[in-house]
Amino acid sequence: MTGEQIIFLITAGYTLGSGLMVVTTRNLVHAALWLVATLFGVAVTYALLNANFIAVVQIVVYIGAIAILFIFAVMLTRKDLRDNTPQMNKNWWVGALLAVLTFAGFAFLLQGWSGFSKTAAAIPSEFDAVGALGEALVSPNAYVLPFEVASVLLLAALVGAVYLAFNKK
Amino acid sequence: MNFWNDPLKVAADWLEGIFAGWGMDAVLAHVLVAFLGVFLLIIILMVLDIFLVWVERKVVARFQDRLGPNRVGPFGLIQPFADIIKLMIKEDTTPGGADKVVYNLAPILSMASVLILWAVVPLAPVMLGVDLNVGVLFLIAAGAIGTLSIIMAGWSSNNKFATIGGFRQVAVMVSFEIPMLAMLMIPVIFSGSMNMNTIIESQNVWYFLISPLGALIFLIAAIAELGRAPFDLAEGESELVAGFNIEYSGMKFGMFFAGELLHAFTFGGFWAILFFGGYRFFGLEQVSPFLAVLILVIKAMVGYWVIMWVRYTVMRIRIDQMLAFNWKFLTPLAFVLVLVTALADALLASAPTWLYVSGMFLANVLTGWAALEIARSATHKEREQLEGAKQPAEVSH
Repeated sequence: MTGEQIIFLITAGYTLGSGLMVVTTRNLVHAALWLVATLFGVAVTYALLNANFIAVVQIVVYIGAIAILFIFAVMLTRKDLRDNTPQMNKNWWVGALLAVLTFAGFAFLLQGWSGFSKTAAAIPSEFDAVGALGEALVSPNAYVLPFEVASVLLLAALVGAVYLAFNKK
Repeated sequence: MNFWNDPLKVAADWLEGIFAGWGMDAVLAHVLVAFLGVFLLIIILMVLDIFLVWVERKVVARFQDRLGPNRVGPFGLIQPFADIIKLMIKEDTTPGGADKVVYNLAPILSMASVLILWAVVPLAPVMLGVDLNVGVLFLIAAGAIGTLSIIMAGWSSNNKFATIGGFRQVAVMVSFEIPMLAMLMIPVIFSGSMNMNTIIESQNVWYFLISPLGALIFLIAAIAELGRAPFDLAEGESELVAGFNIEYSGMKFGMFFAGELLHAFTFGGFWAILFFGGYRFFGLEQVSPFLAVLILVIKAMVGYWVIMWVRYTVMRIRIDQMLAFNWKFLTPLAFVLVLVTALADALLASAPTWLYVSGMFLANVLTGWAALEIARSATHKEREQLEGAKQPAEVSH
């Protein structure tokens, strides 16, 4: 086993473990903090894949903005942060069945895939990943349309938020 | 390649040679040497941090016309060590009803969010932790961890003042992250890279001269991010006693305190790197890496001094003033400045250096002047609405 594999296994275990804690812990703020831990694990996975930009953006956007807003909303809206109701409802077996079926389906689809045993080609040292990503986002031959559609969607959400919060005199 | 030209690499090779001589695996030796390097950097930073306590206290004393610490050792230099002993032997209290794990984790994260920044600081052309191609964004990512540590400290203390302080600090940090992120785009536009080392290498003219307004907005956002006056609402002594760190005692409080000082020095360093040429100073950095480190430290100290100068001169503003200032003035101005800079950069792309620099400078001055004029007329209108009845009486006499 190479060092990279060991690091990946530790990261994967840590991410899954903290992901499990998010849904099982009873304290809502703790759940939000475990979510932060999970998102860190995902960022480490991106870094292991040599996607530095995505890894840093993952931390900036998900931890710096979304998780902080989660914690804010939880602290400001709930008087009692402890949930005493049962954590499962009577449909738990449907969820479990769907999870098992999804996993089995993916395992079935991927069992014949040849990519598992391949090693990734080395990235040339002069390759500018961030520049390539930026160019792909604004190039008409690549992703300019999805990028613009996402921008318009975010702008619409922004306008909607302002409209909802706007105090009509 | 000798020691005086590339000290880190020579030292690392030498150590790896010794470890290999003991029969250690080459990869393991490499990892071990990297760990030792990180350890060494952290030790140097922590020792510097002890020294910064003295610097901060001496400088604030000068600003307030006092002498500052002058009893323990020459010029009071041993004072920080006396402070550390005091912090160490203080009782380590945990308030009843506190969330123990979160409570104890917060000071560690606070310190770590500052130390982690030094991973991307190029101390000299050949002395840097990681040559990250997204170094500029890394700054914001580390800030996110700092924000998290403060909200954790505020919430887990089980104290209403701490919680209010935490909320305020997070409101400041989340708001001022936006102009800061926009201002980080300005060196990126000029250098065409998000790598800290490339940004320094491409500063043949300091970016402060090309974009003075950008440097100023970055400084304001940095001061807000640090939670220093005039943005120190989180600690507002007169309202919140001590803010988010109210329940912390001994070395746990010391971690927040030391983290804040080192953070201020670090942002002084980033200000120097992004807008004042980092380790470059008229070619002196080529002479020796040690000289380059000295230049960067001096520039960072000057930046730190400016931050202290602002802190001890300006008074605290209210939270509504802070939010209005950020969202109604600084954020729009930052975005307009990025647009103007990008447009001027495209227009002046083929111009000679003197024309490029003066054109950019002019564009910055005009943007700043227009923003101030708009803000002035808006406040005038607002004031007229509030004092509408009084205005004619003053004109008549």
